[in-house]
Amino acid sequence: MSALTSLAQLRAAVDGIAQPLATVRHCHVAEAPLVLVPLKLAGEAAAPLAVLVGAARDDASLLVVPQPRNRDLRFQFAAEFAKLVLNHIETSRGGVEELPPGKDGDERIRYGDAPQLLVPNRGGVGFLRLLGRSTRFRSTEGPYAVDPAVPVLGRWLTWFADRYDHPGSSLLRAMTEVLRLHWATGQSSLEDGNLAALLGWIDPPDGLDGPAAAARAEDPVTCPPAGPATDPTFDNEVLAPAIAAYDRSGGDHRAEERLRGAIAGQLEPTWELMWRAVGLLRALPEGASVPGRWERDRDAFTYYHQTFGEAYPQARRDPPVRAARRLHDLERAQDAYDAQRAFDDPLVMAEYRLAGQAFGGVVTDCEPDRLDETGKRPKLRPHLRVGTADPVRLDVGTTVCNAARPALKGKIVELAAGSVLLELTGGMGRKLTAEPGSVPRPGERVCFTSLSEGSFGAAKFPDREDTPWTHGGPPEEYVPTDEDAEEEWS
Amino acid sequence: MTETAPDLDRLRGGAPPRNHDARTIAALTANPGCARRGVMDAAGVDKDAVARELGFPSPFGQSQFAITRGNAFEAQVKADGCAELLTLLRDGLGLAVPEVAYDDLEVVAGNEGRELRHARTRRLLARALESGEGTLFDHPLLRLEIAGQLAYLEPDVIAFQLAGRLHVIEIKSFAVVDGQAEPEQVAAAARQSAVYVLALRRLVSELGHDPARVSHEVFLVCPENFSNRPVAAPLDVRPQLAVLERQLARLTRIDRILDALPGDLTFGPGAALADAVRTVEARYAPECMAGCEMAFFCRDEARACGATGALGRSVRDDLGGVDTIGTALALADGSLDPSDDLAETAAQLRTAARLRDEALAAVRAETLAGAPTPEARGARDGAA
Repeated sequence: MSALTSLAQLRAAVDGIAQPLATVRHCHVAEAPLVLVPLKLAGEAAAPLAVLVGAARDDASLLVVPQPRNRDLRFQFAAEFAKLVLNHIETSRGGVEELPPGKDGDERIRYGDAPQLLVPNRGGVGFLRLLGRSTRFRSTEGPYAVDPAVPVLGRWLTWFADRYDHPGSSLLRAMTEVLRLHWATGQSSLEDGNLAALLGWIDPPDGLDGPAAAARAEDPVTCPPAGPATDPTFDNEVLAPAIAAYDRSGGDHRAEERLRGAIAGQLEPTWELMWRAVGLLRALPEGASVPGRWERDRDAFTYYHQTFGEAYPQARRDPPVRAARRLHDLERAQDAYDAQRAFDDPLVMAEYRLAGQAFGGVVTDCEPDRLDETGKRPKLRPHLRVGTADPVRLDVGTTVCNAARPALKGKIVELAAGSVLLELTGGMGRKLTAEPGSVPRPGERVCFTSLSEGSFGAAKFPDREDTPWTHGGPPEEYVPTDEDAEEEWS
Repeated sequence: MTETAPDLDRLRGGAPPRNHDARTIAALTANPGCARRGVMDAAGVDKDAVARELGFPSPFGQSQFAITRGNAFEAQVKADGCAELLTLLRDGLGLAVPEVAYDDLEVVAGNEGRELRHARTRRLLARALESGEGTLFDHPLLRLEIAGQLAYLEPDVIAFQLAGRLHVIEIKSFAVVDGQAEPEQVAAAARQSAVYVLALRRLVSELGHDPARVSHEVFLVCPENFSNRPVAAPLDVRPQLAVLERQLARLTRIDRILDALPGDLTFGPGAALADAVRTVEARYAPECMAGCEMAFFCRDEARACGATGALGRSVRDDLGGVDTIGTALALADGSLDPSDDLAETAAQLRTAARLRDEALAAVRAETLAGAPTPEARGARDGAA
């Protein structure tokens, strides 16, 4: 958050409609994303009640656990859900791209596409994470045998939830968060957590303004919550009697249909909202670095898919080295993601300009042929003076690059009120005269920033067997136990 | 303090005072700057009823599934004289619990009168502190002075005596999965437990003992992973205790707020209720929605007067404390000359406005030049 975002919120509040926070779309939207609207039973950690799932607006499957406390019904649900999700994963691979062999001559490939899962909110992500945790250790043999698809689903859901933590990844996304990345509303972040209210501000129905649409969205009768928590009044007045009727009927088909109907009524409004949101996102032009980030997602997907058969389910807790490496990866991804968004989008770059880490303005003066002849050989070092009204908070000597063409680098030579003098150091070709068009001309609008993609490189971590004693020494190899498989799920 | 009591009675409009529970007392610490909440809570006004009367009913319902699950789990842990709980304390936490005595203080000889129950709690705890007898005291009825009034606390907890010290054991039904629980739920449990620790400490010092004999370490008992099997974890509630004590001390000075209010103010039902409530200043923040019955009314009021706080504390902070949206936007577009103390904020806002407009204008120019598809333009216009 910054004054810039806050200002957009103020304007949204006054105008009664959301204001853009981005001029391009910063996330990938798949051609056929798998939209999931899960519900869980109140009071339980991860007892699924229902899920509405599908990869097209007119192709929704409703799965319901008619008695969520019944373990067998729960695993039956997990098995059906697994088939849908796993089928989507398998059909979202696309073609196979051959990549140049790796350093040690390994064959490398990348799938042409990857599955994308969309849930309404963070709670939905948390639910998938817990559902993954509660199913991935299950055994397909022995006294508590489950359908073979169940532990496979658990491992995939765990993997998706893990990728969700990865900044910039689009494999699993919470819709409220994606929308908040692109629009500011005139309500607080707490209220933005309600998908219906948030969309009400962004794209109000005819005849309503943002606040009116958001107010309507807060009534659980007209707009049921987007899950995974249900509306307590619905629980007490509709769901509980319907489940009781199902129990009394001994699993009668009609009682189950009535229950399904009631739950469908809770899920369908959110389903429509999800696809409306997908449409809004698709209408935004894609940011320049989005395909690159999706390529990283595809790499991650390819790797996990290829090694799935050889690997154990993810351990309950990461061993120290893996945890440290993961944290480091997340930090690097965050850093790169922040920079990429700013380079892609002048509205995001404006945040850095406001913070003084970037400055924009018009070139007032330019010496494109200036040479630095103090060394043995002359070097091309054009001078560029940029007039700017931005509050520059960079020091003389800082390396900056051009936001529109990050290859063009320079160094701040002089800072004066309202102008910055730069010595350009790279990105103009190898000759002693700059490549045509590489040095901005007087009158041109430019923006330079100290931001850079990949400002810190990959660190080295010890192998698992060299885990230092400070971190408990080498951990034992993780092997899932029977106890994991037999864990109660009540 | 006694002088304020008649004032507080009048504020309730003749209704009996609403009793606090640990949840409401813990919630007092959530928004200490709110005078409205302070006054209403001190007077024991039924805020839920007031909010309903005002047309802003609070949406704090609880699902019967959650209630059933919570009760079942608690009953299971406490079954057979807390057999499962003792196993947890001994084996799970490695505590040396020697002999065991379990006293349930819920009902005294068929009588559920509060004074009687509280007297029994006092008596038993006094004996326990002197002789070291007794291990588990279930459903103690505690008392805490809130703004000069004695509030009875009906804790769903067990006081557990170990090596001469009392610990609070709180049973909650949210799951601990692989050693981790939802942070918000743990935080809420810690705040509530702190209330019980404080009330127990007050009782212990009334009985002439060192209040430190009530430990700041409470034990949280929750279901493990996805099962019904309980697991116990120690929880240090010192930070919550400090906040709570400071907040309660502040509450007792409610008379100062009362002095500034009209002498005939009352929150009794009637046409004048809304005006009466508005007389006392509120400090609404979105966090209020999580714990205060008045939140929807206050939010409506905050929005109506364009308060920046309604957008969230961070927005208000970003705006350097400018209170209203109108002022902030006027500072941003330069139509209002800032006072000296707002000069910096105003400069920042003006820069922000310029940068935002510049970025949006550049994109708009580009879009027009590049002739986008009708859908793309429609979407962008729709969003702008």
